[in-house]
Order: sequence, then structure tokens, then C-alpha cells
Amino acid sequence: MNQSLRNANNKKASTMQSNNTQNMSDKATPWLFMAPAMIFFAVYVLYPIIQSILMSFYQWDGIGEKVFIGFQNYVDLYYDPQFWTSLTNNFLWLIFYMLAVPFGLGIALFLNQQVLGIRAVKSLFFFPFVISQVIVGIVFAWFYDPGYGLLQDILALFGLGPMPVLADETLVTYGIIAAGLWPQVAYTMILFLTGLNNLNPEQIEAAKMDGAKGWTMLWNVILPQLRPATFIAIVVTVIGALRSFDLVASMTAGGPYGSSSVLAFFMYEQAIFNYRMGYGAAIATVLFLIMLIYIAFFLWRMLKDERG
Amino acid sequence: MFPTPIAQTKPLTQISYKIALPLSIILWLLPLAAILMTSVRSMGDINAGNYWGLPTEWNIVENYTSVFANTAMGRYLLNSILVTLPVMVGSVFLATLAGFALAKFKFRGNLAIFAMFIGGNFVPFQILMIPVRDLTISMGLYDTVWALIIFHIAFQTGFCTLFMRNFIVGIPDELLESCRLEGASEWKIFYTIILPLTRPALAALAVLIFTFVWNDYFWALVLVQSDEVRPVTAGISALRGQWLASWNLISAGSVVAALPPVILFFAMQKHFIAGLTLGATKG
Repeated sequence: MNQSLRNANNKKASTMQSNNTQNMSDKATPWLFMAPAMIFFAVYVLYPIIQSILMSFYQWDGIGEKVFIGFQNYVDLYYDPQFWTSLTNNFLWLIFYMLAVPFGLGIALFLNQQVLGIRAVKSLFFFPFVISQVIVGIVFAWFYDPGYGLLQDILALFGLGPMPVLADETLVTYGIIAAGLWPQVAYTMILFLTGLNNLNPEQIEAAKMDGAKGWTMLWNVILPQLRPATFIAIVVTVIGALRSFDLVASMTAGGPYGSSSVLAFFMYEQAIFNYRMGYGAAIATVLFLIMLIYIAFFLWRMLKDERG
Repeated sequence: MFPTPIAQTKPLTQISYKIALPLSIILWLLPLAAILMTSVRSMGDINAGNYWGLPTEWNIVENYTSVFANTAMGRYLLNSILVTLPVMVGSVFLATLAGFALAKFKFRGNLAIFAMFIGGNFVPFQILMIPVRDLTISMGLYDTVWALIIFHIAFQTGFCTLFMRNFIVGIPDELLESCRLEGASEWKIFYTIILPLTRPALAALAVLIFTFVWNDYFWALVLVQSDEVRPVTAGISALRGQWLASWNLISAGSVVAALPPVILFFAMQKHFIAGLTLGATKG
């Protein structure tokens, strides 16, 4: 923190100096360095966002004429039960995916020890994150399989009959979220482990002197110090929850009967399979607006740090 | 250190910890162990319902050969490499240039542009899908590796710029100033000072981007469709439809598809984690 503050001050001082001597070509320099990245980013990210939002006011099959229909796509969305199912599922994702934060913290606390082989254990815990979600989906689809999945064997131990998780309209979304938690917990765990590595030992010693231990210590001394890690963990989990597509597409393709669909998948389905580009764009816009709340919050926090 | 180091706890706690640790790792990786075991099973085992016991025969060579001989898996792997490597180089290079400008120059709109790169990085892919697909089609790049390469370079540049900018901010200004006094151009400063000093960050970023792009599924569905250009994620998903109950082959295929990022992760673990946890400690 001190280091970055000092850098910021130095930067201020040096730019004030050079401001006087700066001519036109100096002013162009940073823009030249940024130009390639900005052009790519503008063409493939920024402009498409605007295009999609505009397209959501049109009816378009992808080939023929675009017809302006005002807010009709949004009205149609309002009366489309599949939209509400997908939106509800997105909220379920947001809520239950959040379990990755306490779980990740729990595992990080469990692994933050210095015993023989702990480094290997940590990386083994982390590595589900490196695997493609499509493969995570395959693994879990198989785990849940009513015919031969391990889940059925476990249930049988408790005298319970087979439970076809992915074929059950009420269970399916939870089943997919559970699969998603596996790599996500690995991710938050590594964030917390890094945070735990950078704890201030003096504060902990001082708290120990005051008799703090266990939960009190965790809650009053450790967690406040883990705030940056917790913040990032929440951000990446929210983004992950709203972006959920791979698992839904590869495990159930939204089924059975659309019950496990999420906005990301619903949009893809409408645009690619039903050729309803305008309608798809409207779904994407809704998802984007939900995401925008979090993006704005994240940017606000980040820029506040940057300025302060 | 929190929690209390295990060596300072009661003997009972120490013993339970030593038992719990391997147990937890087995439990955590059980799904992967199952996939590995299944990938070497015979069809006989699969049909007999032997999914979780030891395989009766070890068909390592047969199954893995069959994956490559009877499917386009080899082609999928090659496609993934053809897409991933250029993206790694391209986005990291663009981002280093932009990161230098954002970290070391003060100009109007600096923070706004920085915010744009960060924000853009979090948008849902679906809001980009239709326009990016149309653009790709109109440029005649649909169903070519270039469709994926160019899109990924553009998109990953956001994250990479955030990363590089934060790294370059830490390089002391005095270094640059002394070069400027000697009359070096900004370009020269960039490649004689900035590039060499960012090497650790470049490595961290490169492994992260490799993993992100390798594991991409959405764009592999949207921008390409034929076996000749399909990356492994879309490939394995398509194969699953053909193989149905041949779980041994599906598993072997999954192992093959997952292996490159896993190997890279274990080889470059330190860099990988350093990249991923950027921001988890400061602030």
C-alpha cells in the first residue's frame, strides 16, 4: 500500500515537471501505445454491446429484413414463461453459487498449515479450476446418472432409491450449481490462501495477548484482514453465476423441458436454434443490465482505491 | 499465522489432521479419479456396471488409441493449439503496450479508459454474440480458426491490460526518467526497460490466458462448426452425442482434452497462482 502510494506521488511530481516541456507529439504517445488494444476492444466488445441493445428493438431472423418493433421483444419476454424460469434460475445461481465463498474460506483455513506435502495438497485442491467446465459437466452428469452414477450408490447406503437429479425439474438446477461449485470453490480457496499468507502477524499476536482465539479471532481479526480477498472472491463468483452457460449447455441443454435454462443459455437457444435474433438480443440486454449493477459497483470500488 | 500451526496443538488434533488431510483430498478428487479409472476400462466392464471398482482389464492403450483413431480428437487438439497460442502472444502484447500507456502517462481519460477495459472484461458473452457472429461472417472468417483467434485476442486484451497496467505501475518512474534525460524515445523505453521488467508478469498472464482460451466453449459453438476447426471443448461435447454409453471412450477423450491446461498448471503453478490472485492481497 505504502509502496503504491509513493509511486503515485512520484508519478504526480514527474508528470508536473514534464508537462511544461510537453509538445503535441508527446501528447500523442500514450494514445499510440493504446491504439491497437483500443481498436480491437472497441470493434469486438464495445460496439457489439451497443449493436445488441439496438437490435433488441427489431425483429430479425438473421438473414432477411430487420423490422423495427419498439419494445415488443421486451413485452414478449414478459409473457414468456421460459424467460421467468431462466431468470429465476439465474437468481438461484447467484444465491447458491455464493456458497463458494464460505466453502473456499473453510478449505483455505483447513489447508493453511505447514506440514509435509501441503503444497502438493493445495495444488491438488486447486486443479479442478483448470479443467474445462464442459468436462466438469461430463464428470458430474455421470456422477448423477440414475443408472450407474456414484450418487445412487451413496444414496443406496442410506437406503434411498435412485434420484435422477438431471431429469428432475425441481432438482436439476441445484445439481448443475453443485457441479459449478466444485471448480469455483477451488478458485475462492486459492484467493483466501493468498490472503492468509499475507496476514499481519503482529495483529494476530496482539489479539492473542488479549485472549482472542477460534471464532472470535477469525471474525474480529482475520476476516477484516481478508477483506480484499473476500471482495475479489465475491466478484468472481457473481460474474461466474451470471455467466453460467457451459455447464447448463453441456449437462442438460436447458432441460428437462427448459427447467434448468439460464438467461445465457436461453438467449443462445433463441438466437441460434430459433433464429430470433432481436428476441435473443433483448434477453442478452436484460442479462447485461443485471451484470451492469455489479460491474458498476466493482469499478466504483476499484477506482476509489485508485484515486484514494 | 492463522489458524494455529498444527505442530503447536494437542497430539489428538495433530493425528486427526494427518488423517483428515489425505481423506479430504481423496474425496475432493473422487470425480476425477473415477474418470481416470473409467478411461482405461473395457466395454465389458461398462456393460456389467463395474463403474467404481478396479477395472477387470486395463485397456489403456486400446481406449486412448481408439479416441485418436476413430474420432477427430487429434484435429480438435491441434485446433485448440492453433487458436490458443496466437491469442496468448497477441493479447499479452497488445495489453503490455496499452498497460504501459495507462500506467506511466498522465492524460485526460486515463482512468476512464482503464475502467472501460476492466468493465468490458466482465460483460456477459451473449451481449456480444450476434454482432460478433455477424461481423465474423461478413469478413468471411466464420468457421475458420481466425474467427476465434481475433475475437479472443480482442476480448482477453481487457483482462490483460488490467493486469499489465497494475504491474507496470510498480516499476519506478526514476528508471524511465533517466532514460528520457538521455534522449531515448518512448518506444525505446518500452522495449529496453518495460518489456524486460515485465517478464514475470508476462509468464503469469500467458498461462492464465492459455487456460481461459483453451477452456472456452461458448465461442467455439458460436463462431465455428466443422470438425476441421472445432477446438477440443466443442469437440468432446459433439463426441459425447455420438458415443452415448461408451463412457470409457468419453472419459478417455475428456482426459485428453483436459490434459494440456493441467500439465501447464502443474509446470507453471507459481506463475498461474500469482496471476490469478492479483488483487487478493492489496487494497
